[in-house]
Parts: sequence; structure tokens; C-alpha cells
Amino acid sequence: MSLQLPTYPQPDERGRFGRFGGRYVPETLIPALDELQAAYTAARNDPAFLNELDRLLKEFVGRPSGLYLAQRLTEHAGGAKIYLKREDQNYTGAHKINNCLAQALLARRMGKQRVIAETGAGQHGVASATAAALLGLECIVYMGAEDIRRQALNVFRMKLLGAEVREVTSGTSTLKDATNEAIRDWVTNVRDTFYILGSVVGPHPYPAMVRDFQSIIGEEVKVQHQALEGRAVPDAIVACVGGGSNAIGIFAPFAYLPEDQRPLMIGTEAAGEGVESGRHAASVAGGRIGVLHGAMMYLLNDDEGQIVPPHSISAGLDYPGIGPEHCLYAETGVAQYVPVTDAQALDALQLLTRLEGIIPALESAHAIHAAVNVARTMRPDQTVVVNLSGRGDKDVAEVMRLLDLGREQDGIPAAPRTPEVHA
Amino acid sequence: MTATLTPTTPGAARIHAAFARANAEGRAAFIPFMTAGYPTAQGFPEVADALLTQADLLEVGIPYSDPLGDGPTIQRASEQALGGGTSTRHTLALVKELRARHDTPIVIMTYVNPIYAVGPREFMRLAQEAGVDGLILPDLPPDQDLEIANLAAEHGMAVTFLIAPTSTPARVKLVAEACTGFLYAVSVTGVTGTREGSALNEVPAMLALARQHAKVPVAVGFGVKDAETAAQVAQVADGVVVGSAFINAVKAGQDVAALAASIRAGCTQN
Ligand SMILES: Cc1ncc(COP(=O)(O)O)c(C=O)c1O
Repeated sequence: MSLQLPTYPQPDERGRFGRFGGRYVPETLIPALDELQAAYTAARNDPAFLNELDRLLKEFVGRPSGLYLAQRLTEHAGGAKIYLKREDQNYTGAHKINNCLAQALLARRMGKQRVIAETGAGQHGVASATAAALLGLECIVYMGAEDIRRQALNVFRMKLLGAEVREVTSGTSTLKDATNEAIRDWVTNVRDTFYILGSVVGPHPYPAMVRDFQSIIGEEVKVQHQALEGRAVPDAIVACVGGGSNAIGIFAPFAYLPEDQRPLMIGTEAAGEGVESGRHAASVAGGRIGVLHGAMMYLLNDDEGQIVPPHSISAGLDYPGIGPEHCLYAETGVAQYVPVTDAQALDALQLLTRLEGIIPALESAHAIHAAVNVARTMRPDQTVVVNLSGRGDKDVAEVMRLLDLGREQDGIPAAPRTPEVHA
Repeated sequence: MTATLTPTTPGAARIHAAFARANAEGRAAFIPFMTAGYPTAQGFPEVADALLTQADLLEVGIPYSDPLGDGPTIQRASEQALGGGTSTRHTLALVKELRARHDTPIVIMTYVNPIYAVGPREFMRLAQEAGVDGLILPDLPPDQDLEIANLAAEHGMAVTFLIAPTSTPARVKLVAEACTGFLYAVSVTGVTGTREGSALNEVPAMLALARQHAKVPVAVGFGVKDAETAAQVAQVADGVVVGSAFINAVKAGQDVAALAASIRAGCTQN
């Protein structure tokens, strides 16, 4: 058996990462969460489950994803070597597939024929629909009306894959509302439905289970960095944070090392139009502790406890909270969380595209921006690994609109302006 | 069953007395629910007054932006109330006004985030000052956070937790033993709301189990919408909670007091 799921000291048996996490959900779901936890514990110790997951990750997803030295980006930054962990190479285009396949296998193992999912950027929806098609499961995806507009390509992909996409128009019509709707569906159909949750959020055991499934990212980095640099641990790791699954996947395998062996870890939060503008999705920088979707975490909420609608250029980061394990990392200084604005992300997207020929997802572009900034402050013998969580195909239409390329000249879109790099 | 009650707080005592009065009249206690600030901040007191002409207990919901245990009816009522400026502190102020006019026990239904945001101690202080008798916490299983229950008790209030048809016997015991106001049994696997042909099949067995452990009255809610469904529930429960039906009635401009009177009449036991 080649695949093993890592074991970490957090959360505690009640699903708490320090004071964060837990299970703040209607009682109807508690038995289902207990059942899920038991099924997951059994599966993660069952060679049959692990072998099948391992086979699918290799043969279907195409793992391991590359660890690629971005030479021209490195030169541009003028400091540490910048490596890209190429989750954009995964089949379906993002890290989300790692977790989806694992959860879908678990659903089948538990005898659940119907799976539901929530999605913002559509990547988790596409991954869920893909896994459901592969395993012959019925799939329903909840998606906010605003995200359906922004991510038309992914909506079509889901439908092509046989999933039903349910439009959510309550609240802000984005990811948080799609998640509410998925939870309501689960409360109603809990006996025969498996909820494939897309990030390290939600009630216990989801934040722990999704982390374990995404940890393959960081585990591969150890092996690849060892081969390339002669040491397993990079000097810095940067990843974008929506709910936080791609970031936890690359952080967690390093987060529990002794302090003096830990890399600098930076999570980038979507700062939208700027944290001070109030139009952002930066839960650590601009939120405070609260409860949403079953977990205690840093949260955008007002002084009466109403959730403040988040904003980000990137649908996948447009979430008012951040996974409870990240909250613990933030509180204890294990990782740092920095805000990156819409404009900075848009520039970073163009920068990477021009310098490396890689169009990143808008989510990942947030991490690129911060990686360039941190690399610049480091020595050439040091390394920064950026988690390139997904590819930008899904965002191209939205980026074109944002760059005002809609104004066609003779039917041909104008060339984008040369990006400036925000220091 | 009311004979075994040992209320620990004034709020619990008032809640238990309300159940006992109703039960002495051969009725299940009638517990209407209304979202605070619905249909408007100005219009809410009139609706609440109408419900209070019939209620044994009134349940007032704090409008919340992300009510994940609620169906579309209460969700939209919450959005409307929030849009009109009613949220946590304002709800408690509205309850304080009602309390000045009515003796009927009032319980607050709230998701936990408003409690944490205001600060648990400050929230309890405001609630006590408003004359709130108890709290219903739909997203707080009792094993998550005992601080809230303890603080409520310190401030003279009772707490109500929920059981569901999916609850295992061990969970029923745990939840039942934690309740100090009444035990709230959710009649269906699902969110709040009236539904076609809600059969309430699972209620009797769930209540039989709950009664083995609960030292408090047991009320049933979710999906009760009229005198007929209330009558079914009243055969097995000490109290009947009706929410979405009243919001629908307000929305449709129907006579809320008349609907309340009809459902209260349906609560007659056998
Ligand atoms: C490409 C990509 N990156 C990142 C994210 C953010 O999610 P998370 O923080 O859970 O990795 C998403 C979410 O949709 C995504 O599609």
C-alpha cells in the first residue's frame, strides 16, 4: 500500500482546534456526523479504500503534480527561488479533485447514492460532479446566482457531467449561501445523502478529514523539494485561502514540525477592494471570532452577529470565514495571513501568464502576488513554494471583462495592459 | 409528568407553570413562533399581541442572516426583518415592550452567533433585563458549549435544546437531561416550514424515548400548520410549536388571532 493518510495532533476528540471548530449544527445532523466520523476512521485504516484512492489519484487525477521552478518569475522577484506546486495540472483543473474523489469513495462505501455539494468558483462543483460520474452517484450542486454568472463555463461542465446545478438566490447569492442551502438539503435528506464539503470548514469531522485528503499536496512537496534541493522543507510556503483547503493541504505536513524547523507559512486572504474598504473576504485581517456553517472561526460578522457579505474578485475566495485550523495557526503564529487585493491578484495573474506561460486561477493569483513579495526579501539560496491551486481557464471570461477587453477593436480583443507589480 | 418538575430558575418555573396550566385544561401548551421585526419593526408588536391573546408561551426569533435550520419561509422573514433594521439588541428591546404588557412566558429562539457577537454575558444580561424566560438554541447541541446554558441559568433563564427523528437513544438522553425549560422535539427530518402531508409518523416513538429522560415538558414543532396537525401532535406532546404558518398568514394578510385561536383549540388532548 503506497498511500497513507497522515495523522496530526489537532483537532481534539471534540473536533476543536484550540477554541476553534466544533459542531454548531442542528441536532438532526449530529448522528450523521458521528456516522461520517466512524466511516472515515474505518476507511483511512482500510487498505482497500487507500489503494483505490491511491490508484485514482495517480491514474485519474494525474498525481503527483509537478514542483516547477519558475525561473523567469524568480528572476523578476530577484530573491529566493520560486517553485510552483502545480495543482493546476490535476484533472479538472484544481486541488479540489483530491478531496472530492476521496469523499465520493467514502460516500459509496457508506452506501449513499446521492451526493450534494456547494461551490463558489465551480471547481469543487466540477470535481464533485466528476467524481459522481466516475462512481455512478447522483449529484446535486448548490451555487449562488452571482457565481453562476461569473463561472458560466464551470456551470456548463457540471451539467455536462450529469450533475444538477441548483441556483441559490438567498442572502448574497454566493458561496456562503450555497453552503447554507447544501446544509439545509443535508438536514432534510440526511439518511440517504452524503454531503461532499469543499473546504476545511463546516462541522467536525470535515475540517480534519478534508485536511487529511489535501495533505497529499504538502507530502509531495517534501519528496520533490528533497529531490530538487537536497532538503525536504522549503524556506517559505505561500497559498491562497478561501475556506482554506489548498492552503491547509500544503501547510499541515509542515505545521506540526518543531518551531525551528518550520518554514515561513503565508496564507493570502482576499482583500477585495482593500480591508479598510469593507469590501473584502479577509476573515483574519478584517473579521472576528464567530460561528458559521457549524464551526467557530474568524468570521466577517457585525457586532450583532449578522454575517457581513464578503467580496472578492475570485469566486473561490468569496467566503466570510476561514477554516478553524487556520484560525489556530493564525492565533499561535504557526502561519501568517496577509491580505491581497483584487487589483493585486489581477496583476499577478497577468504577470505569471506573461513570464511563465501559465494562466493561474484568480484564487491562486492571490498567492502569486504574496510569493513574489516574500521571495524578494529572501536570499537566492532560499526557496519559496507557492501552491498554484488551480488553472485560470474558468476565469478567462471574467478577467477579460475586468480588463475591459470587452471593447473589441475590429472584432479582436485589445491586448491587456502590461501589469505592474505591487510591492 | 409535571409533578416531577424541579425548576432551577425563575424562567424555568414560569415556563413549567405555563405547561402545567395548559395541561390542567386538557390541552397541550400552544407555542406560536414569530420572527422579531416581521413584517416590520412597527408591525411586529401588533402581530405578537395577536398571538399572545392565545399563546401559553410565545417564541420570538432573532432574525439571522444565515439561519441554516430554517426553511424558506422563516429565512425570508429574517431577511425582511433584518432589512428593516431589526436584529439582536433590537429584538430584546421588542421583547421588553411585550413583557410590559403581557404575563405570558416568552422564549427567544436564536442561532449562537448573535450570542457570541454581543458577548454571552452581555447577551444574557440584556435578555434578563428584557424579561426573557428561556432560550431555544437550534444550532447548539448541548455538548458543544455548556457556558451558554450556565450563563442563562445565572441570569434566571431556562434553556431548550432539540432532538430530531435521527437522534440516537444516547443523544436523546443527553439532550433531554440538558434541557431546563422544555425539550423541543423536531417532528421531521428537515428544516422548519409547513409541508404537504407532513405525516408526523416519527413523533410518538421519539417522544416515548424522550420522556424516559426529560424532567421537563416536551413540545413538538416543525411542520405543524393548522388545527388538524396540532391535534395530532397534542395527543402525544405537552406542547405544540407553530411558526412558518403564522409567517405565511402575516404575509397573506390573514387574521393571525383567528388562526391562533383555531390552532389553540386544536391543541385539546384526546
Ligand atoms: C483554484 C482554487 N483555488 C483556491 C480555492 C479556495 O478554496 P480553498 O481555500 O478551500 O482551497 C478555490 C475554491 O473554489 C479554487 O477553485
